Amino acid sequence: MKLTGAQVLVECLKEQEVDLIFGYPGGAVLPIYDVLYNTREITHILTAHEQGATHAAEGYARATGKPGVVLVTSGPGATNTVTGIADAYMDSVPLVVFSGQVTNELLGRDSFQEVDIAGITMPITKHNYIVKDAERLPHIIREAFDIARSGRPGPVVVDIPKDVQNTLISYQPGDGRPMEWKTREKWYEEAENNIVNMERALEAINKSTRPVIYAGGGVNISGAHKELLEFAEKIKAPVCVSLMGMGAFPGTHPYFLGMVGMHGTRYANYSVSHSDCLIAVGARFSDRVVSRVEKFAPEATIIHIDIDPAEISKNVPTHVPLCGDVKEMLTELMGRVDEKAESEWNRQVREWKEKYPLKYRGKGSLSPQYVIEKLYELTEGKAVITTEVGQNQMWAAQFFKYTEPRTFLTSGGLGAMGFGLGASIGAAMGRPDRRVINIAGDGSFKMNSTELATVSKYKVPIIQLVLNNHTLGMVRQWQDLFFQGRFSQSTLGPDVDFIKLAQAYGIRGYRISANEEVEEVLKKALSLNEPVVVECDINPDEKVYPMVPPGAAIDDLID
Amino acid sequence: MKYVLGVLVDNHPGVLSRVSGLFSRRGFNIESLAVGVTENPAVSRITIVVDGDEYIVGQVTKQLNKLINVIKVSIIGEDSISRELALIKVRATPATRNQIVDIVNIFRAKVVDVNRNSVIVEITGDSKKIAALEEMLDDFGILEMVRTGNISIDRGMRMVRCIHPENEEEEFYGENVL
Repeated sequence: MKLTGAQVLVECLKEQEVDLIFGYPGGAVLPIYDVLYNTREITHILTAHEQGATHAAEGYARATGKPGVVLVTSGPGATNTVTGIADAYMDSVPLVVFSGQVTNELLGRDSFQEVDIAGITMPITKHNYIVKDAERLPHIIREAFDIARSGRPGPVVVDIPKDVQNTLISYQPGDGRPMEWKTREKWYEEAENNIVNMERALEAINKSTRPVIYAGGGVNISGAHKELLEFAEKIKAPVCVSLMGMGAFPGTHPYFLGMVGMHGTRYANYSVSHSDCLIAVGARFSDRVVSRVEKFAPEATIIHIDIDPAEISKNVPTHVPLCGDVKEMLTELMGRVDEKAESEWNRQVREWKEKYPLKYRGKGSLSPQYVIEKLYELTEGKAVITTEVGQNQMWAAQFFKYTEPRTFLTSGGLGAMGFGLGASIGAAMGRPDRRVINIAGDGSFKMNSTELATVSKYKVPIIQLVLNNHTLGMVRQWQDLFFQGRFSQSTLGPDVDFIKLAQAYGIRGYRISANEEVEEVLKKALSLNEPVVVECDINPDEKVYPMVPPGAAIDDLID
Repeated sequence: MKYVLGVLVDNHPGVLSRVSGLFSRRGFNIESLAVGVTENPAVSRITIVVDGDEYIVGQVTKQLNKLINVIKVSIIGEDSISRELALIKVRATPATRNQIVDIVNIFRAKVVDVNRNSVIVEITGDSKKIAALEEMLDDFGILEMVRTGNISIDRGMRMVRCIHPENEEEEFYGENVL
């Protein structure tokens, strides 16, 4: 069957069971948008800005596990997606970004709205393509989805020149899998080593008296939360998580230690520092977790389970690597490991937990931590939380208990302010059964507040919870602690009325200025099945504690 | 310590920049890089000399393997055949020409061009041999020099080959298109 490139693209999207794409039209993608005009199977969400589209697609992908799809035009349309692509790359989010491109004939001549997006995104994609030969289009699209989804997921960019979109090519409907896709056996050595290392891991775990599990985003991606829970209960190991690992282990479980690292709990950091066997599961030992490498888990045999062999010993030397899917590895470990009984170690960890709980002092009449605790209480944890970046993000990680994977969506690796609002739109579309709340600061809200237009246009029932301290809180915190209170360019001032801003978009806004008002306003916001902006006036000197100062060991905390 | 990597890649446009970009991005130093098509026209082979420790080489290998277009990465053993080619233009007067030719002969190199003021010497060998000749010719005045970068191949039945040859009709360039 002969179809145009644009028609083939849409057919291939259907093959991949894509029913939702986020994008923004422009000159170089007009043929594709023209096909979408009559395509009922695919809903297109028009965002206010291409960055918002990319974050929305990320939110969708993070919430559902399915690849997020973005469609943008060439030049500025493509460059605006860069932050979202980098974000997806850092956090292993499956994303397929289609960008239009000038015609093959005009390529390389600095034509209008021409940019080398393949070159620009090379370091931040798992792979990318520029489709020069129209006949290759179906194969490339199928391969792009396969690459984005498989192994350690990640973003793929497909750049399609306009003439390719208009060329008639032969199209054979397929099952969505690339025809001649070969799994190259590049990792056979790692696979072979697994056999020996599995025995070594079992021995180390069986022998250990102070085991700790450190779970990361890989558990969420692999859907291995049940296996992790059973495994932890079998060996009686306390579980700490990275920021990306939130939801991998129930936050309500007695073995749960919360986050480890820079803003980890004292008891998580103490447990890791005293452990004799640290089992890292789908985590990558980020500098925000490890802090000082030589003082991280100094007494522990480190077992590292990860699907990406390049993560093994990248940041912290690993004693026993297990390369492969977290779920499979955990299943095998769990089946063969000896069951342990509760021990002195569990008692010790419990004691730390009781002695050093997360706490807050409450500066001023409204505490951000209290707002988040209330939010947890009122939603009974049955919500999807997206965050921006900074203090809001850390409080959201500390004071809301996540019990299921894919319910805490945050820009972990890249730390991109402006992520959350877009992500909440995508998450709400991916999880219509759940209320989605974006926990934001005023700084990050302002970065992409234009996406309120999208929220309003599609009546996306998200709650935008703005913790407004009129400053860049985390920057201010560092300036206060390490730069003698010289608040250089971190004071934003009371310059925007967020309630009026919301109203300008036709969205209801509420303001909270005291703890006593929190419950009522949140209840009201949660009861409405429509977008709401809730602004919380908080004190600019609220800080995120505990905190590991830069360069210190993780058990050397201040609070 | 220097390591020589033999990297088999898809012979597709843009692959060389993926490979070299990875090195600069991750802070690995390339000492030399040479590339050409292999016995299979769909596959090119890049020989990279990396200066680093075991950690660096381990990371380089794994990060390279993560590239979709990389088929196989091998560390070439120390007991391998390594060659590069250099063309050296040396200042030569009638008085010095014979001395230069003598040196060239000792190195089993070749004079490939001669005129009143200079000769061009072609030499193949490992980098040590080329460095030694360079040092000897330096006394006469090296006007210009160009080198290919090292290529290496293992001895005997140890080899760097694809386990699964590419589908060849898919893209047949025949010549290197990196």
